[in-house]
Amino acid sequence: MSDIPSTAMPATAKVVVIGAGIVGNCLVGHLADLGWTDMVLIDKGPLPNPGGSTGHASNFIFPVDHNKEMALLGVQSANQYRDLGLSVDSGGIEVARTQERWDELQRRMTSAMAWGVEAHLLTPEQVTELVPFVNDEIILGGFYCPSVSVVDSLETGTVMRRKAQDKGVLEVFANTEVLDIETEPTPHNGLSKVTAVVTDKGRIEAEYVVVACGVWSNRVANMAGATIPLVPAVHQMADVGPIDILAETNNEIGYPIVRDMDTFCYERQSAGSMEVGSYAHRPILHHPDEIPSNAEAALSPTEMPFTPDDFDEQMEQAIELMDMLGDAEIKYAINGLLSLTPDAMPCLGETTEVANLWSAAAVWVKEGPGMAQVVAEWMTHGYPRVIDAHGADVARFYDWERNDEHIWARAEEHFNKTYGIVHPAEQWASRRGLVKGAVYDRQEAAQAEFYEARGWERPQWYNSNADLVERYDLGPRDTEWDNRWWSPITIGEHLNLRENCGVVDLSAFQIYDLSGPGAVEFAERLAVNKVDKPVGSSVYTPWLNNDGGFHSDLTMMRIAEDTVRIVTGVFDGGRDRFWVLKHLPADGSVTFTDRTRDLTTLGLWGPKAPEVLSQLTGHDLSQSGSPYGSYLDIELDLPGGPAAVKLFRISYVGDTGWEIYADWDHGGAIWDALFDAGRDHGIRPTGGGVYGSSGRMEKGYRLMGAELESEYDPVEAGLARPRVKAADFIGKEAYLAARERGPLAKMCTLTVENLTDAEGRERWMQGGNEPILTADGERIEDGHGRVSRVTSAAYGPSVGKHLLLGYLPPDLAEVGTDLQVMYMHERFPVKVAAVDGSVFDPDDTRLKT
Amino acid sequence: MSLRILVCVKRVPAPGARINVTDDGQSVETAHLGFTTSPHEECALEEAVQLTEANGGTVVVLTLGPPEAEEQLRYAASVGAHELVLVPTDGTAWDPQRTATALTEAIEAQEAAGGAFDLILFGNESADSGGFQVGVRVARALGRPIVNGIKGIEVGAESVTARRAVDAGSEVYELPRPAVLGVKEGLNLPRYPTMRGRLASKKAELVTAELDVEAGGQRLVALRQPEEQVSNTELLGDSPAAATAVVDLLEELGVLES
Repeated sequence: MSDIPSTAMPATAKVVVIGAGIVGNCLVGHLADLGWTDMVLIDKGPLPNPGGSTGHASNFIFPVDHNKEMALLGVQSANQYRDLGLSVDSGGIEVARTQERWDELQRRMTSAMAWGVEAHLLTPEQVTELVPFVNDEIILGGFYCPSVSVVDSLETGTVMRRKAQDKGVLEVFANTEVLDIETEPTPHNGLSKVTAVVTDKGRIEAEYVVVACGVWSNRVANMAGATIPLVPAVHQMADVGPIDILAETNNEIGYPIVRDMDTFCYERQSAGSMEVGSYAHRPILHHPDEIPSNAEAALSPTEMPFTPDDFDEQMEQAIELMDMLGDAEIKYAINGLLSLTPDAMPCLGETTEVANLWSAAAVWVKEGPGMAQVVAEWMTHGYPRVIDAHGADVARFYDWERNDEHIWARAEEHFNKTYGIVHPAEQWASRRGLVKGAVYDRQEAAQAEFYEARGWERPQWYNSNADLVERYDLGPRDTEWDNRWWSPITIGEHLNLRENCGVVDLSAFQIYDLSGPGAVEFAERLAVNKVDKPVGSSVYTPWLNNDGGFHSDLTMMRIAEDTVRIVTGVFDGGRDRFWVLKHLPADGSVTFTDRTRDLTTLGLWGPKAPEVLSQLTGHDLSQSGSPYGSYLDIELDLPGGPAAVKLFRISYVGDTGWEIYADWDHGGAIWDALFDAGRDHGIRPTGGGVYGSSGRMEKGYRLMGAELESEYDPVEAGLARPRVKAADFIGKEAYLAARERGPLAKMCTLTVENLTDAEGRERWMQGGNEPILTADGERIEDGHGRVSRVTSAAYGPSVGKHLLLGYLPPDLAEVGTDLQVMYMHERFPVKVAAVDGSVFDPDDTRLKT
Repeated sequence: MSLRILVCVKRVPAPGARINVTDDGQSVETAHLGFTTSPHEECALEEAVQLTEANGGTVVVLTLGPPEAEEQLRYAASVGAHELVLVPTDGTAWDPQRTATALTEAIEAQEAAGGAFDLILFGNESADSGGFQVGVRVARALGRPIVNGIKGIEVGAESVTARRAVDAGSEVYELPRPAVLGVKEGLNLPRYPTMRGRLASKKAELVTAELDVEAGGQRLVALRQPEEQVSNTELLGDSPAAATAVVDLLEELGVLES
């Protein structure tokens, strides 16, 4: 079949996919494989190259990334190109000009081990053995991946599209522009639902619409009242040649691709020429309206006129690395457009504003086929199966992350980090202070070091606690990298909390109330554990997807006969909110209310916490008066008058205490009263370094998005209760099967037994997917092919060990098992210290005293 | 033999795409436009560079245009021009007479300072307004011979031989030097700049020649977008399925008898 378009546009279709780039084409191919029929693919440009970013992509895949989703979907995509025979393994080398980059390449080796990608470190001479035209005098060495590949993305798109056409399940309309996307309201959840796509060739009623429009995606989604937060950004590329040594290969690609990482450039052979691409120039962003039409574009709409002044420095650097480039002619140079998002991750999944309107955007050629598979599976099964994709879920964005001001600022900030050395804990510099907690001014006065979480400012530690470093005889770590985005103050805050008590700001908790006659039944449907308990009870529970993997992990409280409160983390709030709204009963029996900005939460924990709090209330705060896992509605006596609060006896840090829920406006007064009451009890403001890391990890508490992902089930995570509730819930069938089957991996706490590296420095793993290895240094995969890797890491001050969390196959998940962990390409001995349990106070005696 | 050659160029919108006229009809939309040198002039420049490469000498490139025309001068330097002269305008349209007057004045100043040009090359016509006049007017004002439509140049000791294509073959002219030629695309294949050439061009000296010539002349009334040509292509079908329709059409055209 050819690309001659179908002549008459159908009046209806099951699915309309807008955009015939690598993503849209692969999507219809994958949907066809999954049994979808009655599909329409449209693009405003001609086929096979409609003029989007796919048409000018450099088409190479470096399979190693520190981010799990990007790395594994890159590998998955590379394999799909390979399976179609539309890929060549050229190999690729990242060269280092600086010591800092050379250290980063050690980290790349570590990630390569994690993802099972063959990689080697090369001396400068070894680099020139593979690429003789590299100047080996200016590099310290290289990181070589033989499986770096060059792909034919246009032909892959064509093959995938034709596969669906040949099955008779797809009609294709090129040169067809979308004018509108129609929706109808869905009153029960306040959203809307997609109904039709209006084009210049006719209107199609559709059950599903997918926006796979690359740089135009947000504009197209806006037609339906939805947002896909991305911005078109320039990536400059020049094709220079002819160059004899390249032409002599008689090949599209005969030499490994070179990434000159310190200059943020790459050199990629293209037949007799070299493509020099740059992520080093100033960020150049465009509004979609500034992109020319196909007719107005001299080349293609996304190949905008080259601005050479922005590229000159990169030319000098390229000549420095490969002298032969200096005398090569610049035959073709573009300001090529690609998509950037506010957090450098793609936008996949159903849009949160319009039901059945899906996003498959901000995806580059290197991960296109894999990400298309994610979306196809998501549409088919209700959740992707190939990988957990929470980092790419378009529902992750809050409203304040969806406007141009934010998208542009963050895109401008991270564009130059494309080849940058990005620390796992690295913080954003732009658009700070978007959302401040209720006691932000007090925290500022206490010299809080704020970390940002999806716009919310949260103290990581307080510099006013610097004296604790001396009190507990603490000091910095041995290397700059391990000290970056870290302070020994956080250890001091931890030890003080264990000895005295600390106050943690939890304002960023996302709080949603379900109310109405159907609320409890609906809540039961969401949660694995039983919610239908007496008013005053709470339940810590997973929410599962249909496959039985984690969607969420959170707390639910029965706050009235007909009201259930959901408390979840700020990184998950957007996704959880959308999950609730999407599943909300259509009969109107449940009302959803976002209480996040009405209520603030302060945590008070530590052995002195009961003494401190008892100064503000006469209520019995003992275990019998305020039992663990339940809450009290009481009033605190504050100097300015009483304040109604919920005192929730719970702990994420391993010491007794409460989460105190109060009206937002009372936050400051409660903070002040707690510090007045605790003055003689060693009370200290305490940051997220304790709450989210050291305190949590000493207790082995899991974190959604780190330990808990859709790829794992509660049995594997050690979160399965002894019994299963009678009520039905999403994922129950799969959950029962998982219980029956038993775990293929188990969540474990490991202790690092020796932190000293070959240079005699103590090194501190960051929790950035470092691979956990056998005692012999071999990579570990479980029966599902999931790699054992560090999901979280923190020093446990109360146990005196550096702690790692990670899944291990059952035969290795035994306390006392000796293993290794790789960090910065060195192996360190570790020991399994706990399986489904805590290394600190394993009997939880401190929680319930 | 060392040659001193002047090439006159003009900054024009890059061709290859639909160029939209602004709502007031007074200019073109530049948001999506790249700018370039007229293709004929690119050939003129290439020829000048080749002649000096072969014979020694200097290529001077001169443009009358807005400050942004520096981009075209630097490009010329990146492919081998030695000296750059910008005669700045305020961006308004200059008619061919005024342009020629200004260029003549600028050329005379250049020659007074740096010696006479052995050869002055123009593009046959500009890619945007296509007036076909400026070169002729300048040559006339300088009192030098000119031939237009040139696709071949040979420089002799005292003269220059220029060739232009005509229907039946070619015409060959021998002109005494100094001479002026209007050249056409096809004269040669212009080179692209090398990366080193581009970098060197950034450092090339650019002379701004302020002239006391009044702007204007012709007044622009309005630009109008030509009607787009409607494609008459009709798809008759795909592969064997198209056969019947093709036969029907051929019969309709009388190519086949039914």
